Amino acid sequence: MTAKLQALLGWVDARYPLSKMWKEHLSEYYAPKNFNFWYYFGSLALMVLVLQIVTGIFLTMNYKPDATLAFASVEGIMRDVNWGNLIRYMHSTGASAFFIVVYLHMYRGLMYGSFKKPRELIWILGVFIYVALMAEAFMGYLLPWGQMSYWGAQVIVNLFGAVPYIGNDLAVWIRGDFVVSDATLNRFFAFHVIAVPLILLVLVVMHIIALHEVGSNNPDGVEIKKKKGADGKPLDGIPFHPYYTVKDIVGVVVFLIGFCVIVFFAPEGGGIFLEGDNFIPADPLKTPEHIKPLWYFTPFYAILRAIPPMFSSQFPGVIAMGAAIVVLFFLPWIDRHAVKSIRYREPLYTMALMLFIITFVMLAWLGMQPALPHLSELAFRFSELYFAFFGILAIYSQVRNKNIYMFWLVALTVLIVAMDIPRYVGANADKQALIRYSIFIPLFYLAATLWLPMVTKWNQSKTVPDRVTT
Amino acid sequence: MSDSVDTSKRRFLTTLTSVTGGVAVAGVAYPFLASMAPSARAQAAGAPVEVDISKLQPGEQMTIEWRKQPVWIVRRTEQNIADLARVTGSLVDPDSDSSIQPAYAKNADRAAKNEYLVVLGICTHLGCSPQYRPEVGAADLGGKEWMGGFFCPCHGSRFDLAGRVFKGSPAPTNLKIPEYKFINNGTAVVIGEDNKGAAV
Repeated sequence: MTAKLQALLGWVDARYPLSKMWKEHLSEYYAPKNFNFWYYFGSLALMVLVLQIVTGIFLTMNYKPDATLAFASVEGIMRDVNWGNLIRYMHSTGASAFFIVVYLHMYRGLMYGSFKKPRELIWILGVFIYVALMAEAFMGYLLPWGQMSYWGAQVIVNLFGAVPYIGNDLAVWIRGDFVVSDATLNRFFAFHVIAVPLILLVLVVMHIIALHEVGSNNPDGVEIKKKKGADGKPLDGIPFHPYYTVKDIVGVVVFLIGFCVIVFFAPEGGGIFLEGDNFIPADPLKTPEHIKPLWYFTPFYAILRAIPPMFSSQFPGVIAMGAAIVVLFFLPWIDRHAVKSIRYREPLYTMALMLFIITFVMLAWLGMQPALPHLSELAFRFSELYFAFFGILAIYSQVRNKNIYMFWLVALTVLIVAMDIPRYVGANADKQALIRYSIFIPLFYLAATLWLPMVTKWNQSKTVPDRVTT
Repeated sequence: MSDSVDTSKRRFLTTLTSVTGGVAVAGVAYPFLASMAPSARAQAAGAPVEVDISKLQPGEQMTIEWRKQPVWIVRRTEQNIADLARVTGSLVDPDSDSSIQPAYAKNADRAAKNEYLVVLGICTHLGCSPQYRPEVGAADLGGKEWMGGFFCPCHGSRFDLAGRVFKGSPAPTNLKIPEYKFINNGTAVVIGEDNKGAAV
């Protein structure tokens, strides 16, 4: 039997590189031996992608992309289709799970410098995946044709309407109508079930090919390919299969336990994964009391809302929101520090990264809240910190003398104050007080990231070891 | 026959083929992109709507669906009309110079007949539909300075009872006013059509 199977494999291998690919990507792909907890999220993201595609296919069998039928067909899936509610909740919870996993995966990259040379393209492809994922999630959310679907799409498509000159035509072209309507629903369905998933799959394959070309980074940020044994294999590398396939299966099991608990007992996630207003059919005449996007968009939504309109246009807010995403593409060239991992990098980066995580979480929370004056002010400050993380990283990630720190400290302080002047003039007394107090948030941040390196050794990194540590 | 290759000729032909192919691709892309614009049916769906307003009482608002969008008709009281002048100082565009409305609605009341406000109920910020908040002095909308108007729940834009936006709102311009005309001795309104630039 074995001999016959061997012969069959040989027959295939002569016609298709099956064994070769198995070796290149699994049994002889050498990954660093010191992967930790944070290295689960890449394979988990792949698993959630498969989960979304499979549940999505089965949902398509019962869903009707028609403005008059869509809402009822989703309710039909929930009540009438056998196990339909389970499949739908897997898909809707899966969307949030996808973003949780992807955000942790990106955070891992920030911690260990996985975006740095020679892995710039892996990072850029990853950001493209993230953007495609956002488009996929946004268009999928229109399909149930509930109140949040409708008004969320209305607001987001109108963002394109804010583009000068061509905006209005662009928004009409995207909707295929003068308002969000059946035409919009139909095309979003087409994009959601075929166009964007195809792009996502291609990007994921490219992401993995690029990774396997240069090899994985690791928590020490040491290139294992630099120390090879007599057999030509990295001394600190172990074959992906069976070592990491087995490790990742443990991660999948733990993840699925948590995932099932949510799907079974709290599929709406307390209104965070599925919003209550979306169980009301879309009504083009009435906007819900409080509309907000789903949690994974709220950091960017908070930035959008925080930037005040200028020159009778809300375009500056749209630009800021776009820039918050586009800046990620440039990270490999913003952060030029030679040391990759947070373990050996300057403590300044660790602190800035922690503050960035707080900033991101705060913006996510603020984006879910109503736009009350003190919350809007806070959102403006955290938007400043969001961009400050990247801007100031470009300064301290290279060796600088004190004068350069001093120059940027003064320049950025002037910039922060200058941005407040037009907001301050003409505001009422309460708002002015808010601006006066909250300006200390960005000023403290500047002091911590630009003044500290002048007077302490916070921007000195440690020696990176030759080999990975265990 | 010579073995030598004329590379410049080869490059010329390659370029020519690529350009021709590129033009063909652009030509084929056009119908696909154009197919996403509103269809003839969607364009024709913008027919005018006729509404009976004889039962609308002073201070009341009604919502009509026109082109799948809400249009409000508010019958303002004498007091409402008088109050419009009192908020002028806190408006972004009190004379509606940078806002969209027909000529007969470009005045302080933003209406052809000052009693009736006809306005598109879509916020000029990001397209939510604001709420009708006629109660004077509403504590959450500015207290005693609030003379009645509209409030957008999405991003907090405030408008007066002529659809004019207050300073400090994210909405850049006043609410849009569609073309309209009064018919049947003023007991009904047609939305989406006027009498050659006049509302009566």
